[in-house]
Amino acid sequence: MKYLLFILFLLLNTTILFVLGSRTVLPLPLGKFLSVQEGVWQNAEPANIDFNANLKLEGIQGNADVYFDERLVPHIFAEQENDAYFIQGFIHAKFRLWQMEFQTHAAAGRISEIVGDKAINFDKTQRRIGMVFAAENALAEMEKDPVSKSAIDAYTAGINSYIDRLNSSQLPIEYKLLGYEPEHWTNLKTALFTKQMTNNLAGYDRDFEFTNALKVLGEENFKILYSDLPDSLYPVIPKGTVYAAQNEPLTPPATADSLYYNRKDTIHLAEEFKPNPSNGSNNWVLAGSKTKSGKPILCNDPHLGLTLPSIWFEMQIHTPEYNSYGVSFPGIPGVVIGFNDSVAFGFTNAGRDVKDYYQIQFKDDSKKEYWFSNQWKKSNQRIELIKVKNQTTVQDTVAYTIFGPVLYDKSFKTELTKDQAYALRWVAHDSSNILKMWLLLNRAKNYNDYLEAIGYFNVPGQNMIFASKSGDIALWQQANFPLRWKDQGLFVMPGTDSSYMWKGYIPQDQNPHSVNPAEGYLSSANQRPTDSTYPYFIPGSYEVYRAITINRKLQGMFNATVEDMMSLQNNNYNVFAEEARPILLQYIDRTQLTAKELDYLNSVASWNLSNDALEKAPVCFNAWWDSLEVNVYHDELNMGSIPVIKPERFILLEAIEKDTSFKFIDDINTPELESLSMQVTSAWKKASTHLKTLEQDDKITWGKYKNTTVYHLLKTNAMAFARTGLMNGGGVGIVNATQHDHGPSWRMIVELTTPTHAFGVYPGGQSGNPGSFYYDNFIDTWTAGKYYPLWVMNVNDFSDKRVKWKIHFSNN
Amino acid sequence: MKFFVSIIVTAILAFSMGYVLPWWSIAVTGFISGVFFIQSKLLSFLSAFIAVALFWGIMALYISNANNHILAHRISLLIIKKDNPYLLILLTSLIGGLTTGVSALTGRSLVLIIKKV
Repeated sequence: MKYLLFILFLLLNTTILFVLGSRTVLPLPLGKFLSVQEGVWQNAEPANIDFNANLKLEGIQGNADVYFDERLVPHIFAEQENDAYFIQGFIHAKFRLWQMEFQTHAAAGRISEIVGDKAINFDKTQRRIGMVFAAENALAEMEKDPVSKSAIDAYTAGINSYIDRLNSSQLPIEYKLLGYEPEHWTNLKTALFTKQMTNNLAGYDRDFEFTNALKVLGEENFKILYSDLPDSLYPVIPKGTVYAAQNEPLTPPATADSLYYNRKDTIHLAEEFKPNPSNGSNNWVLAGSKTKSGKPILCNDPHLGLTLPSIWFEMQIHTPEYNSYGVSFPGIPGVVIGFNDSVAFGFTNAGRDVKDYYQIQFKDDSKKEYWFSNQWKKSNQRIELIKVKNQTTVQDTVAYTIFGPVLYDKSFKTELTKDQAYALRWVAHDSSNILKMWLLLNRAKNYNDYLEAIGYFNVPGQNMIFASKSGDIALWQQANFPLRWKDQGLFVMPGTDSSYMWKGYIPQDQNPHSVNPAEGYLSSANQRPTDSTYPYFIPGSYEVYRAITINRKLQGMFNATVEDMMSLQNNNYNVFAEEARPILLQYIDRTQLTAKELDYLNSVASWNLSNDALEKAPVCFNAWWDSLEVNVYHDELNMGSIPVIKPERFILLEAIEKDTSFKFIDDINTPELESLSMQVTSAWKKASTHLKTLEQDDKITWGKYKNTTVYHLLKTNAMAFARTGLMNGGGVGIVNATQHDHGPSWRMIVELTTPTHAFGVYPGGQSGNPGSFYYDNFIDTWTAGKYYPLWVMNVNDFSDKRVKWKIHFSNN
Repeated sequence: MKFFVSIIVTAILAFSMGYVLPWWSIAVTGFISGVFFIQSKLLSFLSAFIAVALFWGIMALYISNANNHILAHRISLLIIKKDNPYLLILLTSLIGGLTTGVSALTGRSLVLIIKKV
């Protein structure tokens, strides 16, 4: 009996330890996870936490102090510049380690290691677009330069110094949740981070969709529906600017008619994980002639996916060489968007197409040889080993051609046939040292320094805005942009013929730019950089309407103040609706509407055209426009499983402004000829049905409908770590570009007075720890459209009352 | 008296071992408690259970309070789908108590076998 009892208890005991200590029975090892000394309770940061410390770390050369202010912004004061990067790495890791590793794992296609087989296709895609290949090329270039090498080395050493001090109880929550541990940081991870950013900003393309649309619609209709030159374009570089002619304009290959424009097939291909085309931004700068202080004001708000922890981390870096302040990317050294004692700099995405596809003919399934210039050419094969949590490693072979890696072939996408393989030519694969740009911008003193710095930047194309205390303002659209013959790269190109290859890049001095313009201001908002007189063919994915609001406001602005800039960054005015509403209201047949439909219509008619959170009209208007587009395009563009893409909004709007019998309005599937009035009315009736449902669900006000949400990086798997239901206005085409989970990820205003007068806010918090007060404490300020003053600490401020904590770093 | 002493000693032992060892050190603690404190199986279980249920419960409560329950709100929502910090603290306490209590039973019943032999 006693033996039996012992065995029974022993069994029970082992069972409990097994259940609570592993993930086999429960999704979490609850014993380990809830242990007060080891588990998640250790991440509950006391409200009165004390970050003061005196750290003696191997790798530090001189003395350095980090002062944290009440918002947990670190102000690094280092005697030696490399110590500043070491400490930046240490601090990034201290507050954002999990995110840094997760994002670079994502870049490298290593998510399956963490979450299991559901991420295999994602990982394969990342490997096949050549992310690691691109990062290796970039790193080689960065490490050739002694200055950038020593900066990255120090940064990496700082991160690893932090990782080595961690014990399992101090691991960030996400490691405890997902059950793994951090590995050492490497310089390659820093390069991977820059490539992930590149993919987000210069990885969007529509080549397959356009190829199919061209085939189905024909060239004439394609050009109508997919033009990138709106009548209402407000280009980055003002209309009327005179451009030098192109030296030797390129001409299409002789075979283009048969092999390029008139290909025989459509491409059935389900592409996944495309970057969000809304990744964009606003920036503008006013010259002193337009500001009250007489000094330039520079503003920037980059629009990215809104996440917790945030992509940004605010900090000041003070070294004997320079003193910069702004936001950094946890993952790379330096300040990325910000200012120093002499200049300010910011970025918006150029949106230019720098990514093309070439159709490859492999000799056989081994992918070892492909037909190129009348012979079989050997491919390089890169074997990708994708580790999968709790499962065997997946192997994937990626063939590298003269163009680049073959992203899609039938071994990856089963819907493709033997002759359908598509290689990628992408500027991101070229080697370059883009990090050097930031290292130089941080210390830039004037326009020439800025110009030298941006020369190092090859991708992703950015509108780089600049202002200096000496009064210069400038904007360059900078990167390596391929030289193209007209229409080159819109569609998938033949990969058998060298005449379709890129012929180099547009000379950098001919990139669109403007310095100290007569208008007294410069701005960019992801619109097309130039009008049609720019001599180069520059396809891309461009926004139209934000730029219009910004230009209108800035043109009429004099004696501008920081407050004016705050109000403009939070402007909710809807220019698209301003143009579209009169036509919709003119052509709707009110006699066909029910009382409820008329009621909704009145809210659109009486709307002040501002996408404010409490307005009903933006929801009604959007529903109306969306269903009008469906009415107009569903017949021509309904191609079943063949992927196509909807034309941009301005296409339909500008077409019906000019011609109410725009040929796509008629539904080609019915015998009768539909008029604009019929389509507008029917669209409204359909929209109204949808609006009734929304009203029943109390989702008819713009803020509730949009439900602005800052997701944790684990998305819907960790909703408890997200912030939902933020009552925020704005939207697509609005200066306040806040969508459901995307928008102004950092708002910054810098007035270049002495001392600098700067403000900023981002929807997050400095700590990546969901158990910290500093995890999301900026969000309400951001939602309210408010800002924090950015405190540039100087050497006399060490005992200022805003300093809450200090960490002293030394070697011994 | 022995009962209370065993609770206090077990709690102190669990705390000290947890300083250097992973979470399962509470099982070792429970086992040791069961072996060294000669009492009925029920009392053996109860004393070890109470010792670590109190230790984990009070420490979780203390930590959570100092944290204004920020973490407990989020974690309770995440793992028990209810936004209730106290439920998470209770769960923590029960898990600690149960693990230690059952380990004490194992230790106690082993002693009973050895003594017989």
